[in-house]
Amino acid sequence: MANMSPKKVPIPEQEPQVRNRNFQEVALGYTAEQAIEEATRCLQCKTRPCVAGCPVNVPIPEFIQEVAAGNFDEAYRIITRENRLPAVCGRVCPQETQCEEVCVRGKKGEAVAIGRLERFVADTWMAGHQPETPEIVKKGIKVAVVGSGPAGITCAGELAQLGYDVTIFEALHAPGGVLMYGIPEFRLPKALVQREIDSIRKLGVEIVCNVIVGRSITIDELFEEEGFAAVFVGSGAGLPSFLRIEGENLNGVYSANEFLTRSNLMKAYEFPKSPTPVRVGKRVAVVGGGNVAMDAARTAKRLGAEEVYIVYRRGEDELPARAEEVHHAREEGIIFKLLNNPVKVHGENGWVTGLECMEMTLGEPDASGRRRPIAKEGSNFVIGLDTVVVAIGQSPNPLIRQTTPGLETERWGGIIVNEETMKTSKDGVYAGGDVVTGAATVILAMGAGKTAARAIHEALEKR
Amino acid sequence: MYKIIAKKQLNSAVEEMVVHAPYVARKCEAGQFIILRVDEAGERIPLTIAEYDRANGTVTIIYQVVGHTTRLLAALNPGDSIVDFVGPLGQPTHLARHTRVLGIGGGVGAAPLYPQIRALHEMGVACDVILGGRSREFVILEEKFAPVVENVYVTTDDGSYGEKGVVTDKLRSLVASGVRYDEIIAIGPLVMMKFAVLAAKELGIPTMVSLNPIMIDGTGMCGGCRVTVGGETKFACVDGPDFDGYLVDFDELMRRQGMYKEEENHICKIGRG
Repeated sequence: MANMSPKKVPIPEQEPQVRNRNFQEVALGYTAEQAIEEATRCLQCKTRPCVAGCPVNVPIPEFIQEVAAGNFDEAYRIITRENRLPAVCGRVCPQETQCEEVCVRGKKGEAVAIGRLERFVADTWMAGHQPETPEIVKKGIKVAVVGSGPAGITCAGELAQLGYDVTIFEALHAPGGVLMYGIPEFRLPKALVQREIDSIRKLGVEIVCNVIVGRSITIDELFEEEGFAAVFVGSGAGLPSFLRIEGENLNGVYSANEFLTRSNLMKAYEFPKSPTPVRVGKRVAVVGGGNVAMDAARTAKRLGAEEVYIVYRRGEDELPARAEEVHHAREEGIIFKLLNNPVKVHGENGWVTGLECMEMTLGEPDASGRRRPIAKEGSNFVIGLDTVVVAIGQSPNPLIRQTTPGLETERWGGIIVNEETMKTSKDGVYAGGDVVTGAATVILAMGAGKTAARAIHEALEKR
Repeated sequence: MYKIIAKKQLNSAVEEMVVHAPYVARKCEAGQFIILRVDEAGERIPLTIAEYDRANGTVTIIYQVVGHTTRLLAALNPGDSIVDFVGPLGQPTHLARHTRVLGIGGGVGAAPLYPQIRALHEMGVACDVILGGRSREFVILEEKFAPVVENVYVTTDDGSYGEKGVVTDKLRSLVASGVRYDEIIAIGPLVMMKFAVLAAKELGIPTMVSLNPIMIDGTGMCGGCRVTVGGETKFACVDGPDFDGYLVDFDELMRRQGMYKEEENHICKIGRG
């Protein structure tokens, strides 16, 4: 008989007023007892809506059944049949709009805590095992992957498993893409990302860092000079958008990309032990309402800012960030200034002193389906600040499209693909993840990497 | 890891280093730059490419030992390795078939200037160069420029070598004496580029400058290197590093360059302690 508690077993977390001063993980994870208790809430229903709700179709009821029985290793094997990054997905997937949204238990009470269970299974496995080196029969066919973020890692792992010689080219000095430079340590510990990267290497994938495809080498050269039979582009959405308002180049104005990269990848929070600095000051405003904005605001708080604001031009219901991130940010003392639109950055002697905003109201829904913000005339006011972080979105980096003839892209820079196969307009070239969709989620990028790997395999088999 | 093949002291503060970096050497062109990290805990700093050798897969960088990272770099020797060396970054210099071009190199700015002038020389463009420095020892690469230009002019602030004065004095006197230039390429400290551009503007000579602002990734990701050019925000890493000097907001750039002054002083003191 299933455990009929309407609520999820709560996950232990660091206290908000403690964690907003350190970079350790917010959620501490289930114990074995808690995991088993939660796992017994799964009804093992026949319809399995959760599996269809998962972009990589993890056999969720099966792994949960093993957790309930205490067979944690078996649960891990079941998950990793479909998902190469369970420790990552258990932490950063928006389960509430995917598997958990459609969970039958969610109709009367809370869904089964699928994400927390996935995380528990992955963490338990990692604590007890080293990455395995499986026996793989090599095909002697080379495939190149551009970018080592979630899309690239997944595509590379799938193809390596099938016997292809896969090389990943990464522009930065460390692999992991947005998992390394973007998502903060307190949400996704970098040691975990490293473990996942190690297990991809164990499959025989070679990762070459410090190579910028589009600069160090072009896609055409990968085919012609390096002998790759196919190329997967998973280069992400790394180009930051700015507000294009007066004062945006003052000292103290950062893109969220720069602010987070300094802190996450370059470990500026350990300055001067790490020589890369970051300027925070006492009062910080982060402009934007997505997950990146929440990450930047919570990072600023941890870096010592006394007051941190989220400035967003729409309202609470329109915030694109996950509800959990907004909740965590509020608990940690982030102040939300909703329905406010920045119009000018004020400065003195070249440094930021404040952000001038206008109050907004919401009108009719716009093209995005969200209610359009309308400025209230004469409502301008200035928030006194030391630092402004602009987190209003990223688009794909132009280097690849500028240097790859025959690769068709959208006007905003996204690579155009056939969604069934992730094949681009150029022969042998596939693409997936944020470079196709614009900034989206880790799991959607992984799903695209997987789809592309399957299509690449089919195409190369037919050759 | 990227092995250091050779290293040479150019003056008390400037060094030249040849690094084995085949992915950079295979495609780099005049005007482009690299980013390096000396060790696993290191910061990323951009440096302009001074020379390259495609056959041997090597790239030459020239740097002034001024901060934390260049000090770490200076402590390394041939046979040692640098942990990260990525490039080529930025747009190659657009070289036009002019009749006569003047290069102006201030201090270590002579290093990124050299490959551009050499490339122009190879295209058959007549070139002169003015090399400026605080004193004799800050004038570098004179012997390298000699075979690729018609005239090397030297100015020093203290008159210890060449003519006493600054590069713009020499520029004005050359033009006054009747020499005609189609274009100037000025590379050096921001303040030198600012005044070289002002003088060139008065004289009506188009002037290109090469910028090297604070940046992290060098691929358009951080936006730290933003610079206002003709009223528009550009990223020096992907839109540059070369820009029309007339259009660059040098005052903003100088301010942005000072963003981490306090932190730099702090870490340099620790390094010395």
